[in-house]
Parts: sequence; structure tokens; C-alpha cells
Amino acid sequence: MADSAVTTEQSPSDPVAVGSEGDLPVVLEAEGLTKHFPVRRKGRAALTGPRRAIQAVDDVTLTLRRGRVTALVGESGSGKSTVARLLAGLYPRTGGDVRLHGEAVNVKRGKAFRAYARRVQMIFQDPFASLNPVHTVRYHLTRALKIHGRAGDDLEKSLHELLARVQLTPPERYLDKFPHELSGGQRQRVAIARALGADPEALLADEPVSMLDVSIRLGVLNLLRDLKERLHLAILYITHDIASARYFADETMVMYAGRMVEGGDSETITQRPAHPYTRLLIESAPDPDRIAVGGDPAETPAERGSGEPPSLLDPPPGCRFHPRCPVALERCRTELPPRFDVGDAPGHWAACWLYDGAAR
Amino acid sequence: MRYLLQRLGFYVFTAWAAVTINFFIPRMIPGDPVQSLIAKNQGMISADAIQSLYVLFGLDKNESLLSQYFDYWGQLFRGDLGISFTFFPTPVSDLLTDSLPWTIILVGLTTIVGFAIGTGLGVVAGWKRGSWVDGLLPVTTFLSSIPYFWLGLIALTLLAGPGSFFPSSGGYDPGTIPGWDGEFIGSAVQHSLLPALTILISSMGSWILGMRNMMVTVASEDYVTVAHAKGLPERRVMVGYAARNALLPSVSGFALALGFIVGGTLLVEIVFSYPGVGYQLFQAVGSQDYPLMQGIFLIITLSVLVANLLADVAYLALDPRTRKEG
Amino acid sequence: MAVPAADVKAAQALPLEAVARRRRFRFLTGGKTVTGVAVIGFFLVIAVIGDWIAPYDPSARSSDLLEAPSGRHWFGTTHLGQDIFSQVVVGTRSVMLVGLAAGIVATILAVLVGVTSGYLGGTPGEGLSALSNVFLVIPALPLIIIIGSAVPTGGDILVAVIIGFTSWAWGARVLRAQTLSLRGREYVEAARATGESTWRIIFFEILPNLTAVIASSFVGTVIFAVMSEITLAFVGVSGLSNWNWGTILFWAQSQQALAQGAWWWFVPAGLAIAILGTALSLLNFGIDEFVSPRLRGSGKARVRGADGRMHRMRVGFTPVLGREERP
Repeated sequence: MADSAVTTEQSPSDPVAVGSEGDLPVVLEAEGLTKHFPVRRKGRAALTGPRRAIQAVDDVTLTLRRGRVTALVGESGSGKSTVARLLAGLYPRTGGDVRLHGEAVNVKRGKAFRAYARRVQMIFQDPFASLNPVHTVRYHLTRALKIHGRAGDDLEKSLHELLARVQLTPPERYLDKFPHELSGGQRQRVAIARALGADPEALLADEPVSMLDVSIRLGVLNLLRDLKERLHLAILYITHDIASARYFADETMVMYAGRMVEGGDSETITQRPAHPYTRLLIESAPDPDRIAVGGDPAETPAERGSGEPPSLLDPPPGCRFHPRCPVALERCRTELPPRFDVGDAPGHWAACWLYDGAAR
Repeated sequence: MRYLLQRLGFYVFTAWAAVTINFFIPRMIPGDPVQSLIAKNQGMISADAIQSLYVLFGLDKNESLLSQYFDYWGQLFRGDLGISFTFFPTPVSDLLTDSLPWTIILVGLTTIVGFAIGTGLGVVAGWKRGSWVDGLLPVTTFLSSIPYFWLGLIALTLLAGPGSFFPSSGGYDPGTIPGWDGEFIGSAVQHSLLPALTILISSMGSWILGMRNMMVTVASEDYVTVAHAKGLPERRVMVGYAARNALLPSVSGFALALGFIVGGTLLVEIVFSYPGVGYQLFQAVGSQDYPLMQGIFLIITLSVLVANLLADVAYLALDPRTRKEG
Repeated sequence: MAVPAADVKAAQALPLEAVARRRRFRFLTGGKTVTGVAVIGFFLVIAVIGDWIAPYDPSARSSDLLEAPSGRHWFGTTHLGQDIFSQVVVGTRSVMLVGLAAGIVATILAVLVGVTSGYLGGTPGEGLSALSNVFLVIPALPLIIIIGSAVPTGGDILVAVIIGFTSWAWGARVLRAQTLSLRGREYVEAARATGESTWRIIFFEILPNLTAVIASSFVGTVIFAVMSEITLAFVGVSGLSNWNWGTILFWAQSQQALAQGAWWWFVPAGLAIAILGTALSLLNFGIDEFVSPRLRGSGKARVRGADGRMHRMRVGFTPVLGREERP
């Protein structure tokens, strides 16, 4: 990434608080964010059994800063989309704090929610599904402007400006179209324009390019980067593709089974992954340079770390990755590891017992 | 199992609602029908009968609405549905026991046969798009828009009449004595052909259409393509894969359609003077025989609920997804 | 660009508006829909002008008892010498009025109960759903007959209201299912994230996507209402002061028209019912086909390919007929 300013994380819950250099201002931060979805109990258990819940997100702490992209990487079911929705205020959280410019946020609906939405906006994964098929582009953008009182004197001009910002020109060509008349990349740009209509400070992008053709992805990511730099947005970039995180994001966090397992600047995470899960992610991306290193066919799958993510209804005790981890210790089965500083780069931490000794 | 219990609970609740509705309806009638009945029959009614009629109509001013309500339930559980006005002094329950079997047989048989043939045709129509079966669709639509009873009238004009094979009215030859002997049954069957045919033709349209639409949707699903790719014979795919899945909404729709079919059957009975519950209702309406009307409504509703329950059991057996919860 | 920007803008703006407008009425172009709408329109016209164009007063008796159709009486006469043609024509108004009124009442109820139940979810949603299920399972016709005979005979509007209040359940159930599925759609979430208020979401995001369902439910209810009204009159429940097609049949039945061979008494009324019913059903098909393009083009199993040869379309491959518009 261009700006290689010292990347630190200011999280009070860090057992090892790496000294933070005076850095870009914090826009949005989450601390200990937790979300459990209660599950309906059936039959007799409805009266007697213990309350069960899907522990979708547990103890997530992250910080979004002005003018920086923070990536949240994880596979399906890791809870990353839920994190985005929690930050956007679409779900009520079960525990933890969310702070906007240092002030606690506790909004559900109504005027308070709208005021919050004005500063924190979201882009969704499926560009087709996130636009109402019966409304034109003009309607979508007009609503975004009007709700937050940004229509100004000349609505048409504002609309044109908005479209110009996402590089959809000439604007007249797009304003009266319906979503199904646009291509995937164009739709996603409209969705971004809608989010920008509120003039937010933070943008939560939930897998914005996953459903676009590969050739289009670069264009949209570049647009986001451009916006970040011109408008000084704080962007949360959620993805399952760790390679794009390296390309696009300044900082990368890795999530597994609802918990965060590693974090640091993108270059370090992708080149020198510390947590066994991150290593698995990096290795599973096909790399022509690594052909012969594949592995001994005689190795059992458990050793090579394949398998499936655990059920979030009954997550494994201790470290949630231990059933799949090729280097699991006894300790991992029983105790949940806190974050440890890996030490090879400032701000690089991993929640893994392997690094316990290294920190001290 | 839990699914079944849920459905059962729902039907119990609906039955309660139906009874409650039945309870409130006569209270909307202006005037005092019981008095006029007493006047008509001049003291030939026993005190008990009068009392039960009053309870039925809620005209017992001494009691509060709530206790009237409980009295009504008490009456029902004893099987006392009141006494008919027109067929005085026959109790309603007796009248119903006479007529109900006729209707049940008529409705039951036509529904099952109609469902079988209709869905079969629908399967073929949906599968072979553009074949001759599609040409049937406008015809069946037209036919199903015709009110059942009108079709019956037409059928009567065209097919019945002096000297034809189809009798023009009644459930059986006036000369025969009801009994479980061949002559009676034969005559009963003969008399039921025309009404049954009328209902069948009218109702088939909706089965065919529903099934065809579902088949069209299912036919484009991926598992059907896989079945084709596996090389299975066309008929096997059509029946074993597509039809099996397309059938499910029809089965659940079957239970709902039953309400409509019952309504239509009532009218057919009127046209053919078929001695079922519908014809009785017609007579009851004509002579303002409220107890009989109420009794018929209750019986019809309860029968439809039972039929729905049976259809739910069938659905449970057919759709493995409902079994999952255990 | 060689062309001045203003010209380019103007040139592009015009066709776009035309396109947007054209699309809204595309659903009217299907063959089935056109036929259905035309027939319904015809009946509507008759309903309005019926009183004026009827040659005789439908209740007026004459000395031409039970006459077959002739030049003077196009549909023949009843046993009292009344002109059946006038009866049918005048009766149209009552039928259409009750049908439309009941349809409106039932659809409003269905939308209120169904959409609310679907959007709210949880216990209030389930409660409303149970309510509509109860009304659904109870057989409608006997219920209508019972209520109709208990209530002192009123005019058409009262009948329409009764029918409306007993037949909303089907639409409510369908709307609830649709709303439930729409509620989880991403554009609803996106609207919330943008900051839209709840009532705006229901009205402007969810409801527009339900128009096809609501229209189809409305037409279906009108069909049912027309049938019910005629049935009520046929059974003798509703007042006999108003003429509608059902009362004609009532008199035909009670006077044993069949036994007397007076086929003309009941044929026209029944045909009218059947034609109106078919027209409404066709309209419904048209709406269905518009909504789900798979159901279109049912007649074409053989399609001419680009190379000129005829191909038989395989099951599962849908020839979606219609011009694709390039963005």
C-alpha cells in the first residue's frame, strides 16, 4: 500500500498494547462486539432445555480510521457479514460496544438511527438484490439524498454529481434506468452512489466485488480506493478473497468461526501469516510457483488442515480452530487464546498459543 | 409428528371458531322465530323441545350470553342440534344422518377421481409444452368458469329426460327401498352418474391448471436436468422426479380446494334434487329453518376440517422435508 | 466529441422516456389479456347503460307467456311474460357492482392482514396468519348462505360486504407468504441502511413488488364474488327485488323451466356467467404470465433456430418469447 505509515491498532482489550504513533483519527470502532442468534427450542426442550444460540460473532474488536481501508477476511459462515450489519445498526448487538468518534452508539430506529446512518453507510454483496427492481436509479439516489437532507436546491444537479463521483457518465444515460437494465458493475456503482448520497464518514463494504465478473472487480475496487482518498472515507472491506485484501486494504483482520484470529497490515499478513488458519487460507489459493510443494498424499487430511468450519451452535471449546489445526497443542483444546503480538512487524498480532512465549 | 400436532391444534381452534360463529348467527335474526313456530304448531311441542330451541337461539333472556354459550356447547356434546322447523318434530341430527352419506360419497368420489385425472393431465400438459394437451387449457378454463349448477342444468337438458339412461332427479328410483342390496345400489349409482360427471368436468380445470404450472416450474429445476443427463427414460423422469415434487403444492391445495368443491356440490345437489346435505340446505333456506341450516353448516365445516387433516397426513407422508424435525 | 454535448444529451433523453413508458403497459399486450379485458369492458359498458338499452322493464308482465326467442323477445319470455333479454341486461349492473365491490373490500382486507402479518413476523404475525387460516378453511359458501339468510335482506352493497368479509383469506395468505420472502430481500435491508422509515419501506419498497399478486388476487376474488352472488340469488337467499343473473336462474329452477322445455330461460344467464368468468380467468392468466415469463409462449414447442431449422424445445429449456432490450 502506498502509505506505509505505522499501522497500529488502538484496542484497549489488547493484552499487549503496541505503542500507537499519532495516527489518523478513528471514525468507527467496535470493542468486544458479540452477537448471538437465539434458536427456537423444539418439543420438550422448549420448556426444560437450556437456551441455545448461534454464536455468530464473539468478541470482535476493530478500528476504522479516516482514509484507510481495513479488510475483514474469512470464509462463509465466519460471521463477517454479521459484523458489518452490527456496525451498520441493522441488527441489535448482544454485547460489546460500538463507538462513533469516541461516543457510544445505541440506536435502533427513528431519528437517532437516521442520524447514525448519515455517517455510516453500507454496500451490499449482491448488486442486483440490493436495488429494488421496481425503482429507477433516479428513485434510489433521490431517496438517499432526501432522507439526509442533501438534495439541495437543484436535485438534478446533485444527482448528476453523485453519478459522476462513481464514474457513471453521462448521468442522463443512467438516471432513468431500472436495475435489470444495467450490468453488474454498473449496479454496484449505483449502490455505491446511493451510499455516498448520505455523505458518510465510514463505508462498510460487504463483499462488494464477490458477485462481479473478475474483469470488473478491479474497476470497482479502484473506484473505492479513489473515493477513500478524495473523500477521506474509512472503509471496512469484507471479503473471502485474501488476495484482494492485500491489493486493496491497508490493514487486514482474519476471522474464523465468529472470532478474530489475526490482524496486522496487509503485506505482513499475506506474506508472513502467523495464525495456522491464515496460513491455510494463503496456501489454498492456487499458486503456480508452489506446485510440487503440495504435500505427501500419504498425509492424512487432519494433518494437512482440511475440513469444515465448526457449527456455531456448539462451537468447540478453547480455540475454535483446534479440530482442524495441524499444529494444535493440548492447551488449545481447553483455553481460548488471547491476542499475542507476533513481533515481526508492529501491530501484527495473532490469537494463538503458539505465540505465547514469543511475546514475553 | 410435531407438524401433525400443530395442524391438529389448528383444526381444533378452527372448529371452535366455527361453532362460535354458528352460535352468534341466529342472534342476528330480528324477531322471535321460536314463537312463530310454537304458534304454528299449537302446543304440540314439549317443554323440553321449546327449551332446547330457546338455547339454540339464545332467546333465553334469563341467561347471560356467556352461560348461553356454555349451554350451547353442552347441547352440542350431547349431539343435540335442535329440532327442525320444516320437518317438525324430527331432530336435526336425524335428518343429517340421512343425508350426509349421500353427499360424502358424491363429494369424496368426485374429488378423488377429479384430482387423479386432473393432476395426471396436468403433468402431461406441463411436461410436453406445446402438445395437444395445451389446447385443452382454454376449454377447461371455460368449463371451470361455468357455475357447477348451470352445467348441471345443461347436462339435464341434453342428457336426461324421458327415456334416457340418465335419471333426471333424485338419488335413487322412487320405487326401490333403501337397503344394501344390488338393486338399490345399482339404482343409486345410476342416479349419481350425472351429478358426479358435472362436478368432475367443472372442477378438473383447476387441477389441471395448477399441476401444469407447477410442472413447468419444476421441469426447469436442475435436478430434473441431472436426471435427464443420467440417461433415465423420459417417463421415469417425468413421474418419478418432476411429478413427485410438483404434486406437493397440489396436495396442500387440495385441502383448501375442498371447501370450494363442497360449495359447488351443494348446488349440484339442488339442481338434481339429489338427497344430500346441499339439497337439505336449499330446502332449509326456503322455509327459513334455522336449526337445520345451522346444523348443516356445522357438519359441513367439521367434515371439511377432518378432510383437511387427512390431506395433511398425506402431505406428511409425501414430503420428506416435514419429517426432519421429528 | 464532434457532436455538441447538448445535442447528444437531447438525442439520448427522448428515446429513454419512451422506453420507460412502453414498459409499463407491456403486460396488456398478451393475447389472453386483451381478450379478457375486452370482454370485461363489454360487460362494464352494459352494466352502466343497461337500464337504458333494455327494451322492456324486466319485471313487467305481458301476455306472451313462456315464449321461445323471437324477434320481439330476443331471449324469450318467462312464465309471467317477462322479457328475459331485459332481465339479463339489467341484471348485469348488479353482478358487476357486487363483484367489484366485494373484490375491493376483500383485497383491502387481504392487503392489510397479509402484508402486516408478513412484515411483522413473530407473534402478531403468526396470530394474524392463524386468523386468516381459520377463514380459509371454513367453507365459504355455506357460511355466506347462513349469514346471508340471517341478515335481513339488504341491497347489493350489503351482499358485497358480506362476500368481501368472507373471502379475503386466500389473498391474505398469499400476500403474507410473499411479504415474508420479500422482507428478507437485500433491497429492503439496503433501504433500512439508507435510513428509510418503516412505513415508507412497506409502502414504497415492498408493496410495489406485490402489485402482480394483489392484482391477481383481486381478479380471483371478483370471480368468486360474482359466483357467490349468483349462488345466493339462486338459492333464494338474497332479495328478489333486484334483478341479477342468479335470480333469473332461481325463477327458472323453481318454475321447472326444464320440465317445460323452456331452455331459453336459463341458457343466456348461465352463458353470461360463464363468459364473464372466463374473461376474468384469462385476465388472471395474463397477469401470471407477465409475472413469470416461463409460463409464456405455451404454444411453441417447436422453434425456428437461427440456421432456419426447426428445433423441438426440450423440457426445462424455456423459450422466453419477447424482445430483449439492450441496455
